[in-house]
Amino acid sequence: MTWLYRTLSTSVGKKQLMAITGLLFLLFLCTHLLGNLSIYGGPTSFVSYAEHLHALGNLLVAAEVIMALALIIHVITAVVLFFENRAARPIAYNVDKSGGGRTFSSQTMPYTGLLILGFIGVHLATFSHHIVDQTTRNIFLIATDVFSHKGYLAIYLLGVIIVAFHVRHGLWSAFQTVGANHPKYMPFIQKLSIVFAVIVALGFGSLPLVVLSLR
Amino acid sequence: MSSKSINLTLKVWRQPGSKAAGRLETYQADNIPTDASFLEMLDIVNQRLTLAGKEPIAFDHDCREGICGMCGTVVNGRPHGPERETTLCQLHMRHFKDGDTVVIEPYRARAFPVIKDLVMDRSALDQIIMAGGFISVNTGQAAEANSLPVPKDKADLAMDAAACIGCGACIAACPNASAMLFTSAKISQFALLPQGRPEAAKRALAMVACMDGLGFGNCTNHKECEMECPKGISISNIARLNREFIKAALVSQEK
Ligand code: FES
Repeated sequence: MTWLYRTLSTSVGKKQLMAITGLLFLLFLCTHLLGNLSIYGGPTSFVSYAEHLHALGNLLVAAEVIMALALIIHVITAVVLFFENRAARPIAYNVDKSGGGRTFSSQTMPYTGLLILGFIGVHLATFSHHIVDQTTRNIFLIATDVFSHKGYLAIYLLGVIIVAFHVRHGLWSAFQTVGANHPKYMPFIQKLSIVFAVIVALGFGSLPLVVLSLR
Repeated sequence: MSSKSINLTLKVWRQPGSKAAGRLETYQADNIPTDASFLEMLDIVNQRLTLAGKEPIAFDHDCREGICGMCGTVVNGRPHGPERETTLCQLHMRHFKDGDTVVIEPYRARAFPVIKDLVMDRSALDQIIMAGGFISVNTGQAAEANSLPVPKDKADLAMDAAACIGCGACIAACPNASAMLFTSAKISQFALLPQGRPEAAKRALAMVACMDGLGFGNCTNHKECEMECPKGISISNIARLNREFIKAALVSQEK
């Protein structure tokens, strides 16, 4: 198995780890958003979605374990890449101008990533059924409580926007890294990155407003 | 032919040797004909410096016709200057305005140590080539052309990749100083052709391993390399490198 370790420690291998775990997170964002959009059906449909989700039992636990492992791999690899990339240019340019390639999103990936990590902590601490007791209050009441708190609402909205910026570079970048750059599909994938980022921002961003309006 | 001339303020990185400390020095470059190339402008400045008894600015160049890849410095933050798909030797002073300040620095990368002023040691790229940027066939009579059919689209893509002149601008432009565009172009030009296929897996693994060992950064898909490449090499070559590498690592016999 040394070949596998050696493969994953190369620059291309590390990028594969980032891309594959990143694609898993994108898939998670899709299911998470689709599920939570049930709030648009009112509190009962929202609560019923949560109950059905938890009824998955071990399947849900398996998904959570996979996401947790993916997160650990994504974060550790990102830290290694960050420091390697900084070391690769010990002397900075006096004048550093873009030729038009890099974007705000691509340049801020390590930082938005770090902020997202913090946001995941706050988000789990305020919503996860592992941390917040859901036997006395249902998820709708918990959400109402959390979002009525101005500070949490601000953190949530900011978090969602930061995720959108991360996704805007992450999505097409993941496809490029796994080698899926094709003249027929790449223009679409690059546009999809932007569209998906907007969907994430508007979709998740709208949830607290709906929750608060139903209070 | 009547030619305009312009006056420029140059801020040039001067560094007496690889171990010495360097700094930006300011020079007045007056009366520069706009028909001059960027390197000719440096020639003019150097002639004046020499006549004044000062050390001329060291810079790399060879063919001066955009094909050898020896020239290249960072001009106002852009490798090979502001023009797209133009080497520094092919950049003309008509793209600058009278009174401009022009900052000229060497490429900045751990793998490209400065030898003197604007001259960098780019032999790291030669090492990547030596790791696998070739095909092992015995030379001899040219083979009959039709004995090895190559589809036109593949030949074109291979030729596009082979346009790389190895100047290193991609590394200079990359915020991570990654050599992925260079390496991917070299891997692609062979991977696309039947002559290169037999050693494709070995080549991908060896060249990536060599590249990693030289202190280049990792590609994070900023796409700056493609924008700055004087030969317009596309990052679709990097995707091809990724595919070739994954294939080689996961399904080939190569270890
Ligand atoms: S000097 Fe040969 S490419 Fe510029």
